[in-house]
Amino acid sequence: MEAGTLGPGQERTMGERFAHALNRFSEAPYVVKAGIGIFLLDLVLVLADRRPDSVGEWVLLLAIFAATVAAMVPLERRPAATAAVVLANVVAILILYHGLHEVSQRGINGLSLGAIYALGAVGLTLVYGILKLVNFAHGDFLTFGAYMAYLVNVTWELPLVFGLAFAVLTTALLGIGLEKVMWGPMRGRGAGMLQLLLMAIGLAFVIRYGIQFVWGTELRQLNVNRTDTVNFLDLRVGRTQLIVIIVGFVTLIATGLMLRMTLLGKRMRALSDDLDLAETSGIDTSRVILYTWLFAAGLAGLAGVFAGAITQLQPELGFELLLPIFAAVVLGGIGNAFGALTAGIVLGVVIEWSTLIVAPGLKLAVGFVILIIVLIIRPEGIFGHARTV
Amino acid sequence: MTDPLAIFPLGLTFEAFTDIDFWTSVGIFAGIYTIFALGLQLNVGFTGIQNFGQAGFMAIGAYSMAILTAEEGMNFWLSLPISILITIAFGLIVGLPSLRLRADYFAIATIAFAEAIRLIALNARDLTNGAQGIFGFDDSWDSISESIEDFIIDLGWTDVPGLFPLFLVTWGIAVLMMFSLTRVQGTPWGRVLRAVREDEDAARALGKNAFSYKLQSLAIAASIGAVAGWLLAIQLAFVVPDEFQPIVTFIGYVVLVLGGLANYWGVAVGAIILWTVLEGLRFLELPISETKIAALRFIIVGLVLIGLMAFRPQGVFGKREEMVLGD
Repeated sequence: MEAGTLGPGQERTMGERFAHALNRFSEAPYVVKAGIGIFLLDLVLVLADRRPDSVGEWVLLLAIFAATVAAMVPLERRPAATAAVVLANVVAILILYHGLHEVSQRGINGLSLGAIYALGAVGLTLVYGILKLVNFAHGDFLTFGAYMAYLVNVTWELPLVFGLAFAVLTTALLGIGLEKVMWGPMRGRGAGMLQLLLMAIGLAFVIRYGIQFVWGTELRQLNVNRTDTVNFLDLRVGRTQLIVIIVGFVTLIATGLMLRMTLLGKRMRALSDDLDLAETSGIDTSRVILYTWLFAAGLAGLAGVFAGAITQLQPELGFELLLPIFAAVVLGGIGNAFGALTAGIVLGVVIEWSTLIVAPGLKLAVGFVILIIVLIIRPEGIFGHARTV
Repeated sequence: MTDPLAIFPLGLTFEAFTDIDFWTSVGIFAGIYTIFALGLQLNVGFTGIQNFGQAGFMAIGAYSMAILTAEEGMNFWLSLPISILITIAFGLIVGLPSLRLRADYFAIATIAFAEAIRLIALNARDLTNGAQGIFGFDDSWDSISESIEDFIIDLGWTDVPGLFPLFLVTWGIAVLMMFSLTRVQGTPWGRVLRAVREDEDAARALGKNAFSYKLQSLAIAASIGAVAGWLLAIQLAFVVPDEFQPIVTFIGYVVLVLGGLANYWGVAVGAIILWTVLEGLRFLELPISETKIAALRFIIVGLVLIGLMAFRPQGVFGKREEMVLGD
């Protein structure tokens, strides 16, 4: 058996060389790393968009680059602040190329999407953090909520408000019911991560194709106003979208306050931090878990209705939202509800901004690339603690 | 609904099950998914890495073969090894940064990679022709297929289904792969993979570079996925982004756990069971529409997956002592 360590000059495998190069890079001074990172980012933006076409633009571009690196240096080890600076850098370059109006218009379009991501991500991250369940069925909770609202709003011809309430209620009940019959018993048997994950994929199939069984694959619409727009400061936003943004943000703020202020919220966060420790300190964990499901599934139902209201209903509605929601969960740090909330909104806006540069069909791919890059640089997420990975 | 028997599946026509065209089609799908899931078996069952991007590797294999042949005019046989190399390169690009991550992060990163590939294939119209897809890469295959058919006719079987040669080739490749992967598993290399699966730190303490072994495992699985991609492309005679949805990887996992973890031959059994059930359900004469029957098939798949994970997580033919899901 060969020795465990490598002597000098001994042959290295490719993986070791890569690891070595990576270590050398991570030992470089922070300003060098930040400079290279921002340079690469700006280079991508410039190559994807266009070269600056006047001396003035070149000067402004260089100024933005220099200001970003300068702003990043004092923020070492503060990932959230660093991310904000990186974001400001991107915004500045986009404004330089496309003007303030265009950037704000796309940003507003992104807010409704961001609210949906954030509402989905808060529940998903709590379930993930507390139960160690990578819930691939969470997207289908959104679809379920949307179709429940459709049932009330279109089939029974009642106002959408009732549909919304019914959707939140039924999806929350679905979450609790599944905890009772599936997840609770499985945890009791000590099921592993992949086992639960595959079970969630099975559940996702059952919900998604159950919906397809009942309602078919055709596109359906909720009974909402799709034509009226609201204008302010030269910006246009659809009335339904504006309602989604307002109700979404009010719900998100209420959620944040609930998690921060109430005893239940504190207990949820305690469970998400360390379930065993929370249990030892006398918290009735199974009760808190039920409330978490109530809360996670209810918010998912709400997000689903919103998604249905601004787009159209089809059985894959929620599954198509699932991966960006996962991206928000990872960016925010798994188990961190505030992180998921912020990351969801930011992701929605950034994805919409990316349509200034790439084809609209690629905007989700941009989201996934951001996810992969963050996973590589900082897998514990922008708002996460280093120990979670 | 006056007749209560009308909702009961009595109208099952058994002629379908003696129809050679039906079995050829089921067999090709089962064979393609066997090959697809062999890559997953190598990763999940023998190395303990949860690769959820297999559909992405399949897409890269299929697309690079189709683009090189139909658009660049390359010889079909030459395009095959080159598409394998391209897929391996992608496997390394994905694996190098992401194999350092915890298992669940790796799962999310790989599924995000696969979706990014599909979205790029859908939007990079100059390269991939977008949603229309690529045609006309299979002339060389057609001539091979015809000579196999002629050979069978010479043997005395006259009404050979058109897809039968593909069926033979698919299963030939699948059996060859199962045989060689099983052999490889007994070599020192294969034993290190299992050591990495059982206890990465222990393997590292023995001087094994666990990361490098995981990377090799992922690259090999990616190239196996590319082979499944060629066969799928040939079977359909076109390559479109829709064929590489994440659901393909999920069905691969169903095949995997149905057949059992850490067992290459079980994968084939899992694929045959799954596709016989899926395609057999088409012949149920239920008084409901096509969409409802299609939905019913996947509801059953979901229930099977939930049931297996709840009651037999090692799969039908898996060994409990080699179960890799319980940690």
